[in-house]
Formats: sequence, C-alpha cells, structure tokens
Amino acid sequence: MSGADGTSADGMSAGDGHGRQRRMGRGRRGGPADDGSREQPMVPRATFSSYYGRPVLKPPAWHDDIAYYFFLGGLAACSSGLAAGADLTGRPALRRGTRAGALVALLAGTYFLVRDLGRPARFLHMLRVAKPTSPMSMGTWILAGYGLPMGIAAVDELMPEPIRRTRLGRLVGAVARPAGLAAAGVAPPVAPSTAVLISPTAVPAWHEAHEELPFIVTASAAASAGGLGMIVAPVAEAAPARRLAIYGAIVELAASGRLESRLGLLAEPYLTGRAHMLLQRAATLTAAGTLGGMMFGRRSRLAAVVSGVALLAGGVYERLGILEAGRASTKDPKYVVQPQRERLDRPELRTNPSSVR
Amino acid sequence: MTDPLSEPVADVAGASGYDAHPPRVGFFTDTTVCIGCKACEVACKEWNLVPDDGFDLLGMSYDNTGMLGANSWRHVAFIEQPARTGAESGQEFRWLMASDVCKHCTRAGCLDVCPTGALFRTEFGTVVVQPDICNGCGYCVSACPYGVIERRDGDGRAWKCTLCYDRLRGGLEPACAKACPTDSIQFGALDELRVRARQRVEALHEQGVAEARLYGESPDDGVGGQGSIFLLLDEPEVYGLPPDPVVPTRDLPRMWRYAALAGVAMLGAIVAAFQEGRRR
Repeated sequence: MSGADGTSADGMSAGDGHGRQRRMGRGRRGGPADDGSREQPMVPRATFSSYYGRPVLKPPAWHDDIAYYFFLGGLAACSSGLAAGADLTGRPALRRGTRAGALVALLAGTYFLVRDLGRPARFLHMLRVAKPTSPMSMGTWILAGYGLPMGIAAVDELMPEPIRRTRLGRLVGAVARPAGLAAAGVAPPVAPSTAVLISPTAVPAWHEAHEELPFIVTASAAASAGGLGMIVAPVAEAAPARRLAIYGAIVELAASGRLESRLGLLAEPYLTGRAHMLLQRAATLTAAGTLGGMMFGRRSRLAAVVSGVALLAGGVYERLGILEAGRASTKDPKYVVQPQRERLDRPELRTNPSSVR
Repeated sequence: MTDPLSEPVADVAGASGYDAHPPRVGFFTDTTVCIGCKACEVACKEWNLVPDDGFDLLGMSYDNTGMLGANSWRHVAFIEQPARTGAESGQEFRWLMASDVCKHCTRAGCLDVCPTGALFRTEFGTVVVQPDICNGCGYCVSACPYGVIERRDGDGRAWKCTLCYDRLRGGLEPACAKACPTDSIQFGALDELRVRARQRVEALHEQGVAEARLYGESPDDGVGGQGSIFLLLDEPEVYGLPPDPVVPTRDLPRMWRYAALAGVAMLGAIVAAFQEGRRR
C-alpha cells in the first residue's frame, strides 16, 4: 500500500486501518443530536463521527532517528553544564569525560538529525533562514551557537600533546575554560528545545502536553548527563553527577505523572500500547540507575558505570516513548475529533471563536 | 496583550511583505452540487504531474483515494447515509460527496514551522512548497491540523496543493475548478467567495436544508479563516475534516516560556548538585 493512507512512515499495515474503520463506522450514526441540526447536546457525546474511521492527521514523518537526536542533544547540553561545574570545582576527570561526551553526543545527534531528513544532502538549507515561528529553525541556530564553544572546550580535552604545544593548541587551551562556561550558559535553551519542537504541532498528544514536555525532556537529559558523569569519572569526583541524576529522575517522574493525570483522553496514547511499554522501560531504567547510583555509586566504580548505563538507556526509551505516543495520537481520529468537538459543544471551554457556523 | 500569532489578518499577502499584490484567491467548494465525478482529482494529477498513489480498493463507497496526501491534492469523499430530513429527504438514503483540498490557511502551521523557507506565501495569499528548497525535514507534516501536507515516499520532500500557482500567474483558474462540471468547486477572490458562500447557505436554509453549514469561512476561527471554504451537509468530521482546527503554533510563546522555566531549573539543579558537594 502506498503513502496514500498516510501510515507508511512506520509501516502500519493496511489491514490495521481497515479493521478499525469498520468498527468505527458506527460512530457516525451517533443519534439525534448528530443529524446536523443546530441543537446543542447537554452532555458530552459518547460517540464521535469520523470518515470511515480514517485518521484526520498524518502521522509524524519522523523515524526513530529523531528520538535518538532528542536524547543526544539533551545529553550534550546537560553534560556541558556538568563539565562547567566540574571545571570550577576542580574535578578534572569529570570535566574531561563530560566535555568529550558532550561533543560525541552532539556529533552523533546531528548525524541522526540529518539522516532523518527526506533529503539529507540539503541539510544546510536549514541555515538559509532564521525563523522565530519555526522551533526547528530556532533550534538549529541555538544548537550552532552552543556547538561552537562546546566544541572548543571538548577539543581542548582531546588534543594530543604535540598539537597542544603549537600556537593554535595553546590558544585553544587558553580559551577552553571561558568556552566551556559559555557552552554551559547556552545549554539551558538547548535541553528543552526538543519539547518546543514537537509541542507546536497538530499531534494531539504532543500539543496538549506542552506544559510538561519541556520539564520531562530536560529532567531526563539531566538524569542522562548524571549517568554519563558516573560512567566517565571516578567515584570520588562523581558526587555531583549522582546528585544531578537524582534531581533529574525525580522531576522526570513527577512531570510524567502530572502529564498522565492532567491530559485526560490524551493521556491514553502515553498509557497504552507500544508507547506505554517504552515509557515504562524508561521509568524502570531511570529509577534503577538513580537508586543504583545512590546506594552503590559512592563505593563501586563498576556499580556506578552500570547505573550510568541504565540512566542513559532510560533517556533513550523516554524519547522513543514520547515519539510513539505522538504517532499513536494521530492514528486514531478520536484524539483529534473528540477534544475539538467538546470545545465546540461547550463554548465555555473554548479559547478561540467558532470555526463552524 | 496583543498577540501577533492570534490577531486577525486582513491582508495576508501584504502581511508577508508584498507591497502591491492581486486579491487573495481561494476555493469555495459547494458540496451540495458535487456529483462525485472526480474530474477535479484527475485534472489536478494531469496538470501538476502528481504521481499515482496506488490502485487500491479501499471499501469506502466510491472513494479509493482515501485522503489528501503527497500524491493526492484533491480528494473526493463519498458518504452514504440513511434518510434524513432536509436535502434528498424523499430518498431512502443520501449521498454526501465532497472534494477536499489544501485549506491555504490565513495562519498556516506548515508555513510557520518550515525551517528552510521552502514553504512560502504567494502574492495571491496561497501557501506553496518550493521543491528545490525543501529538505524533507517533515515538520510541516505534523504542523498541519488537517493532515494535508505529506512527505512523498522515495522523493523525500513535502508536497501539497499549490492552488495551481503556475496557472494563477498565467491568469488561469486552477485545474480542478476548471474541470468541475457542476461548479461545485468555485475559484475566485476569497472576499467574493465568502459572500457567495453565505448567500448560498442562506438560500439552502430557506429551502428547508437546515443542516447546510459553512466550514472554514470565518476569519475568526483557529486558523484565521481558510483560503478554501466549504459548504457541508453534516458535521466536518463526517467528511474527515477536524471540527475545530487551530494553528498549532498559536501557543508558541507559552511553550517557549515553559521551556525557559525548564532550562533555568536545569541550571539550578546543576548548581545545587555542586553546592552540596562543597558543604561535604
């Protein structure tokens, strides 16, 4: 089946679509209030209409690659913050590992971002314009502004000794600390920017979650950076990393809980199906990594590394789960039609005037 | 507080920087006279060289196109309903047929989020993708509250109705409107079409077709008014249209504020993580 049914992006089979459309066809004949008359129903409808149960929206065009980019971009940003702290408090191993980790994460993230484009060779077209209404345009420029100082600080850690002795090498060494601090200063918009990327879309589960998503992805990024710190630094230097992981995990779990209780119908895509499975894995790994770091991270480097890996994996699953919840919310028309119908039927809920007269 | 993202836009091409420009154009699709011939679909494909979208039998009445997408810029919906009051009340069942198309919104989500400038507002007030600029980021696909624009498989770029930009520049009407044998699809200056649409719906109400209603005609709606407006005989969702679409970028300032809070909290958490270390 071709892309005409709008489900080709993730390979949802034609069979799924057909099964659902039969089942939902019933919804169309919802009762007397449904016959096009102007009468306003007094209670929210139990049924909703759709066109043969077909989706109203297109599923996101993005593949899992974009989730890896979301994870790596956030990891880089929070790692730069950790690196700046390590630099200022005299923790050289933590500084070195998180600076280098931030560079690797940003390079890998950019690779996934470019790979997910329909025309990767045209990546640089992103730099044709700077558009305040496009979070992807703003995100690209924010990332570029962050990448330069972060890259300088990371190169300082990775330079071989002979190069370090050259004039250029000495220059990099001299500006490494200000560059690292500048990177940490620019990092705060980088970490939550992926949430602002997906929230201003028509994807119901992303749009309605715009209050929580910045906190979820930033906190998850903090937990991941803490995990990275626990992996790269000896236990004596890694105390701030362990604490950052704890703060991140707490905020991530709290914000996720708020999302699930606030969103009503639109929490369903997060609480069911593959998205739920991925998010549960994220929560389990994040909790395990945090607890492991708290209990054993001070004593055993091995336990710290295992906990750090769990935290990083938790961050990956969190982004995959959010991506999957967004996809699910575009495939079932009820997530689009029901909240909009409720706005129309109950004008007191509305924030904009009627579109149907 | 005035909000440039939600105020009404009187002159959409002027707001995009055109000093002198032709009047804003659009479609008025009067579904009461649609006969489901699909000439619009065919004319669109022929004129715009749109590839085929598969030859599937979808089991949805006479509709084997399904929905708008990268390879379907016009889509005729077919709905079979049991007898009702109003139009065709003498029949056992009634047909609803409606030719759907890109809405060319006043506040276009696809245009707002496009990071390359590939999507642009034309001097006619329509929204068009430049295929030589689009890098296939896919952002517009998720920003459209109607599910219109889509990335084409094997091509990688986003495609949708151009309202026949090339024909407009040549002084011609779009291919679909030209081919429509019943004038269900009417092309013209949007201001005139809005007047015509209101007159038509009033006339239908007088004839007892109480369920006739306009869709996307109001400049006060969530997308600032559609450039393609419709006269429908049932709720929009019956035709696969969202009942109350809102441009998703409307809440962007709020979203950035939440992000700013989260960013500051992150910085605070990092500082706190090191502060405790100093005490111990």
